[in-house]
Amino acid sequence: MSTDTVKNPETNPEKHPGELIRLEQVTKRFGDNTVLDHLDFSVQAGKHVTLIGPSGSGKTTILRLLMTLTKPDEGTITVDGQQLFPAPEKQVREIRKKIGMVFQQFNLFPNMTVLKNITEAPVTVLGMSKDEAEERARDLLDLVGLADKCDARPTQLSGGQQQRVAIARALAMRPQVLLLDEVTSALDPELVAGVLDVLRDIARSTDITMLCVTHEMNFARDISDQVLMFDSGRVIESGPPEQMFSEPEQDRTREFLSAVL
Amino acid sequence: MKWDWNAVDGFMPYFWDGLLVTLQALVLGSLISFALGLVWALLMRTPSRWVRWPVGVVTEFVRNTPLLVQLFFLFYVLPEWGLTLSALTTGVIGIGLHYSTYTMQVYRAGIEAVPAGQWEAATALNLPVARTWRVVILPQAIRRVVPALGNYVIAMLKDTPMLMVITVLEMLGQARLFSQQHFQFTEPLTVIGVAFILISYLASLLLRALERRLVH
Repeated sequence: MSTDTVKNPETNPEKHPGELIRLEQVTKRFGDNTVLDHLDFSVQAGKHVTLIGPSGSGKTTILRLLMTLTKPDEGTITVDGQQLFPAPEKQVREIRKKIGMVFQQFNLFPNMTVLKNITEAPVTVLGMSKDEAEERARDLLDLVGLADKCDARPTQLSGGQQQRVAIARALAMRPQVLLLDEVTSALDPELVAGVLDVLRDIARSTDITMLCVTHEMNFARDISDQVLMFDSGRVIESGPPEQMFSEPEQDRTREFLSAVL
Repeated sequence: MKWDWNAVDGFMPYFWDGLLVTLQALVLGSLISFALGLVWALLMRTPSRWVRWPVGVVTEFVRNTPLLVQLFFLFYVLPEWGLTLSALTTGVIGIGLHYSTYTMQVYRAGIEAVPAGQWEAATALNLPVARTWRVVILPQAIRRVVPALGNYVIAMLKDTPMLMVITVLEMLGQARLFSQQHFQFTEPLTVIGVAFILISYLASLLLRALERRLVH
């Protein structure tokens, strides 16, 4: 295992212009298993960052930490200059408003129609009017190619369609950051392309920051500004996709890429 | 032994009175047990053990002591503390309270069966906790537990004759009164037996229809 850290922690923790997400010395353990090991990294606003690496290397845990679905054991996480752990509930809610997440298992609410899945949070959390929320939901469904599925139940949709609804649902909250957690891993192979096309579209046509855990290397190469290679809870190498995929410096990265490409 | 239709005719007016009381006890007892059971189940999920512990002790106590004893207690002891309720009210509260300690377990199972991903999605959308319970978790949990709750309605129906011991004239109470006055036991007891079967059967049909609707 390489212990090189690619990014050194900044000496001045106060000002990082353009920086949206910052993790400093973040450690997360599950029992004896150290999933993240004094991790440092940051994401600039508007960038698309892809996390790659073997299973269990801590990629998903980073997304879950940012979404406050789990807590770090050590270290600090800041989003848009606001610290996340520890933070008063009100501040946590403010930070969460800036972040959207799409899950591997979609996690749509099966007891609601597609439209209600998308409008529920904008209405109750953002205080949007029902009409406005529905109008925007229809636009978003159009964007993900499911304009005709407003009144369907999630269970009536294919996995790929469900995932596209989940993307629309996350976007409906107008997040600054979109966290994508292996969003195609649970899909049948023929449904993967449709979901990735939608995400490519969003990456191209919006200025949303994306943090993406994926095993789809072609997709990663297409959309990423930066690729981070994880191993054993650390970033062992990072760089633009051209460099990472064609001439990685670390043996471990080369080994991993030759196994998955 | 011979069957006397005249005795049946004579009993019927009392039977209808008894039926009405049985149904009242059943419907109100069910509603109380459904509502209170949900309250217990939710209280058992609060982070504070100062809430969970007393709720756990009280409901465990109620679940593990006989309904009959509880009915006697409510009917004869509460008035000594200054709280006097009608026999039927006491009975409805007794049944509802007793069965709420069973329905709470049903709700608990239903709540735990909702996948963790639903909570995570709600968190990711920043939904407040109360809203998450109301529109995401409980609708899914309750849908799952309707059949199990239905079984307790049938069980409650079969426990309503216990109310007789606190002077409530439900079906069995009316049958017993009639029998003692006319020395005819077979007819009134048969009539109410058939009535219990019919009510159970109708209730189960209703529940099945409800289940089908909930499975959308």
